[in-house]
Amino acid sequence: MGETFSGFRRTDGRIGVRNHVAIIPTSVSVSSIASKVADEAGEWARATPHQMGTSQPDRTREQTRRTLAGIGRNPNVGGALVVELGTEDIDAEGLADDIARVDTPVSTLTVREVGGTRAALDEGVSLATALYDEAKEARREEADVSELVFGVECGGSDATSGIAANPAVGHACDRLVEAGGTASFSETPEFIGAEHTLAERCTDEETRRRLLDRVDQRESQAELMGVDLRGAQPTPGNKEGGLTTIEEKSLGAIVKGGTTPVEGMVDYAERLPTGAGLVLMDTPGYDVESVVGKVAGGAQVVAFTTGRGSTTGNPIAPVIKVTGNPKTWEKMSSNIDVNASTVVDGRPISEAGDRVYETLVAVANGRRTAAEQRRLEEFAINEIQPNELASAEVDV
Amino acid sequence: MKGESIDGVVLRMDDGDDVATALEDLSAGRELTVDGDTITLAEDVPFGHKVALRSVEAGAEIHKYGEVIGAASRPIEPGEWVHTHNCESTRGRGDKAAAEGSA
Repeated sequence: MGETFSGFRRTDGRIGVRNHVAIIPTSVSVSSIASKVADEAGEWARATPHQMGTSQPDRTREQTRRTLAGIGRNPNVGGALVVELGTEDIDAEGLADDIARVDTPVSTLTVREVGGTRAALDEGVSLATALYDEAKEARREEADVSELVFGVECGGSDATSGIAANPAVGHACDRLVEAGGTASFSETPEFIGAEHTLAERCTDEETRRRLLDRVDQRESQAELMGVDLRGAQPTPGNKEGGLTTIEEKSLGAIVKGGTTPVEGMVDYAERLPTGAGLVLMDTPGYDVESVVGKVAGGAQVVAFTTGRGSTTGNPIAPVIKVTGNPKTWEKMSSNIDVNASTVVDGRPISEAGDRVYETLVAVANGRRTAAEQRRLEEFAINEIQPNELASAEVDV
Repeated sequence: MKGESIDGVVLRMDDGDDVATALEDLSAGRELTVDGDTITLAEDVPFGHKVALRSVEAGAEIHKYGEVIGAASRPIEPGEWVHTHNCESTRGRGDKAAAEGSA
């Protein structure tokens, strides 16, 4: 066994770094109730409110369902309560069965059947508490770092992201991959202009093909619609921070995954294998949705780099904030876990990278991140857009 | 730090790069020693923004990280600020595709 941390060993062998009870609404209709149940139940309960789950086309609904199931199966979840109104396209019992496939204890609550929202809250708190009574018996035990799936994300990027914060996180990814773990980064629109360098690193032809196809799809959506990506990519904030083009942003963004070979690419919210090295996920550039995709894929810990300053977190996985911008560190240190701006002052990338890696292990061991301490827990599921649905039909 | 610091105030990521990134707010008139030559900043370049290290013809590719980050939309002289006003993306240009389609 190499370097270790202590986590919650689940009955099927997976290892969690947190022991939450997830309160998962199947649709927007019960998202507020899920949040209220979590608030009333206790600090250990985490709601995942979202805007999806009703009147969605088949492919979009399937993605919502896959995401919710993946969230329930994340090893940081010691128990899950699935909440439905009872009229949704996504069936709570079916979703609960999917979650229970990894032996996670699950209950369901149908608001229409229990006598209105007040009764649903009482019943929800009671069901969640019963799940926690079981989950809290879990004790941390020793696990190898190779059991970690580390999701990496960037948001509010500026020129320091590509120079300092992303290479520092990339160094941590390299260390984890070398130790046998999995690192994953995503945001396909931010591969545009850098995909040739990623393609060269793919270990097999299928992964290379898939990567280039997905980049092509994202780029051709812009072309099909006669849209110039420049309005949105780089974002106005990125431009203020010195990033001029999508190519420049992408070349700086992909550095956060480190330098190891690309071993595979999975779909949004699809399972990220453990012990797999560097694996890409096809997600949109919107960071909250992208983080949720990787957490649904099984990432137990996420690193999030930001040049301009971002406060976002996630209800299920701790999010480690890293900045390479000395001004952002100065102004927002209460929201940031790792200062990588030392790189801008001329210190080695490896030094900041080691701090990211040590923070990853400490957070896996239970240290709470800045976002966790402040209960910043954004949650959003990517909705497949009409033009994406149309291009999928053309493919068939 | 990866890349090469020039006079401690700008960072060139790769030897072949046309631009370097300002590591602090730089003022017009500031001189930089680039490969033995002196270039003078033509305008203020804010922290994180790019300064041209050499001249680039209109339409020519601009390099950072040793890779193409865009093309010059007009001639650029050494010491100029390089941003959206004189450098444009070559990718994701649905507007161009649409213009070509209708031409």
